[in-house]
Amino acid sequence: MDDVLLLARAQFGINIGFHILFPTLSIALAWYLVYFLVRHRRSGDAGWLDTYGRWLKIFALTFAMGVVTGIVMSFQFGTNWPGYMNKVGNIAGPLLAYEVLTAFFLEATFLGVMLFGRKRVPAWLYLLSVVLVATGTTISAFWILALNSWMQTPTGHVIEGGVLIAGNWAEVIFNPSFPYRLVHMLLACGLTGSFAVAGLSAWRLLKASGDAAARRTLRTSLIVAALLAPLQIFAGDQHGLNTLEHQPAKVAAMEGLWHTERGAPLVLFGIPNPDTARNDYAIEIPRLASLILTHDLDGEVRGLADFAPDIPPVAPVFFAFRVMVGMGVVMLAAAWLGVWLTRRERLPPRLALWGYSGLTFAGWVATVAGWLVTEIGRQPWLVTGILRTHEAVGTVPPASLGASLAGYVGTYALMLAAYVVVVAHLASKDLHGTPAVASGAPA
Amino acid sequence: MSLDLPLVFAVLMGASVLLYVVLDGYDLGVGMLMPAADAREQSRMVASIGPFWDANETWLVLGVGILLVAFPLASGVILGALYLPVVGMLIGLMLRGVAFELRMKAQGWHAELWNRGFWFGSTLAAFAQGVMLGGYVTGFAPGFGYGLFACLVGASLCGGYVLLGACWLIHKTDGALQAKALAWARWGLAWVALGIALVSLATPLMSDIVRARWFDFPRTIPLMLLPLATLALGVHLWRTTRRIDAGEPGRDRQPFLLAVGIFSLAFAGLAYSLFPHVVMGSLTIWQAAAHPSALQAVLVGAVIVLPFVAGYSVLSYRVFRGKAQAGLYDE
Repeated sequence: MDDVLLLARAQFGINIGFHILFPTLSIALAWYLVYFLVRHRRSGDAGWLDTYGRWLKIFALTFAMGVVTGIVMSFQFGTNWPGYMNKVGNIAGPLLAYEVLTAFFLEATFLGVMLFGRKRVPAWLYLLSVVLVATGTTISAFWILALNSWMQTPTGHVIEGGVLIAGNWAEVIFNPSFPYRLVHMLLACGLTGSFAVAGLSAWRLLKASGDAAARRTLRTSLIVAALLAPLQIFAGDQHGLNTLEHQPAKVAAMEGLWHTERGAPLVLFGIPNPDTARNDYAIEIPRLASLILTHDLDGEVRGLADFAPDIPPVAPVFFAFRVMVGMGVVMLAAAWLGVWLTRRERLPPRLALWGYSGLTFAGWVATVAGWLVTEIGRQPWLVTGILRTHEAVGTVPPASLGASLAGYVGTYALMLAAYVVVVAHLASKDLHGTPAVASGAPA
Repeated sequence: MSLDLPLVFAVLMGASVLLYVVLDGYDLGVGMLMPAADAREQSRMVASIGPFWDANETWLVLGVGILLVAFPLASGVILGALYLPVVGMLIGLMLRGVAFELRMKAQGWHAELWNRGFWFGSTLAAFAQGVMLGGYVTGFAPGFGYGLFACLVGASLCGGYVLLGACWLIHKTDGALQAKALAWARWGLAWVALGIALVSLATPLMSDIVRARWFDFPRTIPLMLLPLATLALGVHLWRTTRRIDAGEPGRDRQPFLLAVGIFSLAFAGLAYSLFPHVVMGSLTIWQAAAHPSALQAVLVGAVIVLPFVAGYSVLSYRVFRGKAQAGLYDE
């Protein structure tokens, strides 16, 4: 039974962790495409249309990856977690159904027009199609985050005959953590997309430093990232305070606080040790955790011991949180530096271009780390206070789960490798079959 | 409240599944026919499904979504029992979706590799769907004989999708490719005829419920109209392909509509075999249904949104009407 639970979780976690990469990127890229197209329409500058065309292909591939991995998710709700649908299906089901009805059909249908119809429909209808695709991707985030937030901080339900039904849909959807999570996630999409545009533009400039379009997209995306990064840090902090109110055990795991204390230190680094209930090799700043979480140097912060035995595995939450925050700081610094480096149409030095290329998927790292924090931090609950993860698991034999897990992992590895190679190629190739101005930068 | 919500959702789910089978069926079929065409034709075949495949697959998500939402008790049973074919289908769909994108962007032997991936993914997904159907109609009975039966249904569904794909190409192409598609359609039709015949004979043998439903005289006599009508459509489809071969104009769309008719009749027969069970032999739609509050919440959304979905789907098919040309992204 434990094997089944572990395999079911590993499979669902790997699938959803792989899936999340692509919508995170495509939500932002869709709005970037709207921007490129509007700039072209306003200025008549063919360069913007070239930029649009280049990024449209990258978007198409990203979107397709998101669609096909998303279909897997919709089935795994049933195959891996039948107890989940039995217990809370009356709430989760309608939220998922609204995502399909209001978002999936919209984006999938107009994607066809967006990819293949530019010369077949009037310009206004084409622009409208692109806007509708972007809107669809964002509506999709709205519904899936409403569901995820409800699982974290359930409200608005009543229990009838052992299963949950919605008492008040507005309370179900606009549950306490939803606004914070939605803003945090959409900003994460914006940052992920901006770093992808910046990184791939830098990659192009390494090959063809004279490409004016790539300079323009590098500058634009760095400015967007420089604006979003501080907003994200603020939103993340607010989200953390909201979590402290509703899921204090998760925050205690994030901070590595084992015992309730006044004037709790901020653990910068350490290795959480569940056997001794302390952090080995800890580097701490006295009282800072109390200050951050309670806005008082002597404020009381509750530790994990208060919530035992319902506490999440500490180490993964603790480390993932540090990866997320660390990546956020790196992205903030890189974005601000980049705005300065690209001032007045300057080309950043090659070393910086390599750096931005290296950060192309920085947003993915931060997003997946943040996702691990919130999803592992919720354990042992699947729906906080209502349904435990082990109660929801199905009865598929471990051998089937193991074999299919291997199949999924193999397929995903192939897909990801192909995706990265092709995206790098699409971002750096010459358009119109003519080489761009030869690189004048020193080798 | 006189509205029978589980019944409404059973109809909605059936409609989604039928739409999915017909719509994704033609693009899966086109994928399965790829190895039979040359490079130039392949490019045109892919162009004919490019604007549609993504929306087509969305009907599958809606279908399984309604299963999860409306019949949560059944969803665990069905998806758990069909676990491995579901995984096979999902891996197939992933592979073909990605291969579809990558084959247009890759060059040289890479492009050929993704072409094969597109074919393999399409075939795997189609076969797995047939296996799922085979398992479903027998109530997930275990054993070698049932496994063989499920594989038989898998192979038949592949034939069905080849028929749909070929008829779609008759509609969307012309010249040499259309001539090839006409031959493919006839092969597909023969394959389907064999498949439907075998499944129709095997299903009553495998399942007591199905046998009782169909061979209860005198009800059997009007019921026989269904296979007769299917046969008539098949014969008409065969003749239509011959007429197009002979150069009769204005008939390019007919084979596809006739193939859709055959699928609809087969589906109606299946629905009759199953109803009102959502899990063969154990759960009826009323036993498996979700709470009325959930069903009402979804129904409101569906009633408001589905007309829009229908509207912009029609718009999309109008925008991309006519014969498809090779070359994508308008370049």
